[in-house]
Amino acid sequence: MTDWLGPDEWRAVALSLKVSFWAMLFSLPVGLWIAYILARREFPGKQLLNGLVHLPLILPPVVTGYLLLATFGTQGPVGRLLEPFGIVFAFRWTGAALAAAVMAFPLMVRAMRLSIEAVDPKLEEAAATLGASRLWVFATITLPLILPGVIAGAVLAFAKAMGEFGATITFVSNIPGQTQTVPSAIYAFLQVPGGETSVWRLVIVSIVVAMSALLLSEALARRAAQQVRGT
Amino acid sequence: MTLSVSLQHRLGAFDLDVAFKAPTGITVLFGRSGAGKTTIINAVAGLLTPQAGRIASDGTVMLDSTTGRNLPPHKRRVGYIFQEARLFPHLTVRQNLGYGRWFAPKKAPREDMARIVDLLGIGHLLNRRPAGLSGGEKQRVAIGRALLASPHILLADEPLAALDEQRKAEILPYFERLRDEVSIPILYVSHAAAEVARIATTVVALEGGRVARQGPAADVMSDPAITPLGVRSAGAMLDARVQAHHADGLSTLEAEGATLLLPRVHQPPGTAVRVWIEAQDVMLATEEPRGISALNVLKTTVTEIRRGAGPGVIVQLSFGGALLLARITRRSAEALALAPGTPVFAVLKAVSVARDAISDTPRAQDQQAK
Repeated sequence: MTDWLGPDEWRAVALSLKVSFWAMLFSLPVGLWIAYILARREFPGKQLLNGLVHLPLILPPVVTGYLLLATFGTQGPVGRLLEPFGIVFAFRWTGAALAAAVMAFPLMVRAMRLSIEAVDPKLEEAAATLGASRLWVFATITLPLILPGVIAGAVLAFAKAMGEFGATITFVSNIPGQTQTVPSAIYAFLQVPGGETSVWRLVIVSIVVAMSALLLSEALARRAAQQVRGT
Repeated sequence: MTLSVSLQHRLGAFDLDVAFKAPTGITVLFGRSGAGKTTIINAVAGLLTPQAGRIASDGTVMLDSTTGRNLPPHKRRVGYIFQEARLFPHLTVRQNLGYGRWFAPKKAPREDMARIVDLLGIGHLLNRRPAGLSGGEKQRVAIGRALLASPHILLADEPLAALDEQRKAEILPYFERLRDEVSIPILYVSHAAAEVARIATTVVALEGGRVARQGPAADVMSDPAITPLGVRSAGAMLDARVQAHHADGLSTLEAEGATLLLPRVHQPPGTAVRVWIEAQDVMLATEEPRGISALNVLKTTVTEIRRGAGPGVIVQLSFGGALLLARITRRSAEALALAPGTPVFAVLKAVSVARDAISDTPRAQDQQAK
C-alpha cells in the first residue's frame, strides 16, 4: 500500500487514522457520560447543555474551528493554561484530533442517548433493589444493554472525524505530516497542477475506510444486539 | 421479624395515609387499583420517597422523615418481585439468579442456590436466556432472584396479574411454600380476593389511601364491612381438615364439627386446609331444607347484617368458632326476618367451591390450631 500511495499521501492517510482514533477514544467516555445524564437525569440547564453539545452540528465548521483557535490556540485562555504542562493544540496533530472530536461529538452523543433511552428504567430499578449501587447498575445492566448504540456512536464519530475538514483547517492549518489529514491533502492536491491522480487515490482510500467502518460497526452492533435480546 | 410501615404521601388528588405491621408470613395489601398498594410497596423498596413516614424492619430503620434517614434502594435489602418479571435480558437464568446474591453482604445468611432452584422447579432453565422463557417460568426465576439476594423482606407487586389462569395456578403454590418455609415478612399486593384467601396470613385492607382494617386473614376477610372490591367478591375463609376421599369424586372435610362435601381435593386425608367460600354461593333457610340437591347444610347463627347501597345485603354467620358470609337480597333478609341471633341453615352447593379455592393452611396457623 505504501508503494501505491506516494509518501505525502501515505502520511495524510496515517495521520487521519491516528487523529480519528484518538478523537474517538477520548470523546467516548465523555460522550457516554453526557448522553447518560441527558437521557436519565433532570437538572437545571439541561437544555443548555443539550444545545451546546449539538452546536458543532449546526454551526459552520469554520466558526467552530475559529472558536477552537481562540480558546485553545497559543494565545487563547485554555491554550495558555495548558502550555506549561506540555499540552499544545495549535498547529499540531493533537489540535486536529480535538477539532475532529468536537465536530463528531454531537453524532456520538445522539446515538448513545437514543440507546440509553431505549433501556427500560424498570430493569435498572430491579437491579437497585437487588443491591446494586448506581455505578454497578450502569456497569452491569445499562452498559451491556446499550453496547450496540455505543459502538454505533463510536464508529459514526470515527467516520465523521476521518472526513472533518472545515474546523480542522481553520484551527490547525494544513501542514503536511503534522496537520494535513486526508481531506486537507485532497484540498491541497487540487491546488497543484497534475495532482488529480493523488486526489483519486485519496478518494478511493476515503471510500474504503468509510465503507469498512460502516460494515464493521453493523456487524458488531448486530452481534451485541443478539447478545442483548438473548437469542 | 416484623416490618412496620407508616406513610403519608400526597400526589395531586391522591392522599395516602397508612400505618400497619407485617409479621413473618405473607401480609397482603388488599384493595382495588388506586387504593395506594403499589405506592406503599415502592416506598418500602425505596423506589419512591414519601413526604413523611417511617419504615423499619426490626432493628433496621430504612426511612425516617423526622431524622432525615432514607436508605437508597440498594442498601435496603428487600427482594422485590415485580408484576412483570423484569429479568435482565442479556444474562442467563443462572446469572439472573446470582445477580442479587453477588451484591449481598458476604456474611449475610445465604439461601442455598440448589434448594431455591429446586423449590421453584427451574433447574432445567439455568443456561437459557429470559427471552426464551414462558411468562410463568420468567416469574419463577424472578422469585428465585429476589430470594437469593438474602433479603430482610420480600415484596411482591401483583406477581400473578400478568399471567393467565393456568400460569397463576402454577405460581401460587410457590408462594404458599415461601410463606411456610421462608422466615422473613412478605408484603404481597393483590386485588384478587380468592388469591388473598389462599396465601395470606395477615391482610391489610386498603380503601382510598387509608387502612380500612388489618389483622389475621380470616378475621379481615369475613368482616362484612370490609369489601374493598365490592360485595361481588366478598367471601370467607374456613379452616378445615380433609377426612376422606370418595369414589364419586367428592371429598369430606371437617370444619368446626360440621362436615362438608366438596369436589375432590388434592390434599391427602388429615391435611389442614383453608377453603374460600364466596358469599354469593351461600343460600340461607330458616327451616332445615329437605329434598334439596345441595349437599352441604350448616347450622349457623346470624351475627351481623350489613346493608349496602344496592338491593343486596351481606349476612355474617357463625358456626363453632368460624365465620361465613352470605350475600342475599334485602327482600329475602326481610322476608326471613333475619336479625343478629337468628338461627339459620346455610346451604352450599358442593360444585360451587372451585378446586383451587382449597389450599394448604399456612403452617404457622396450623401449629397454633394444634
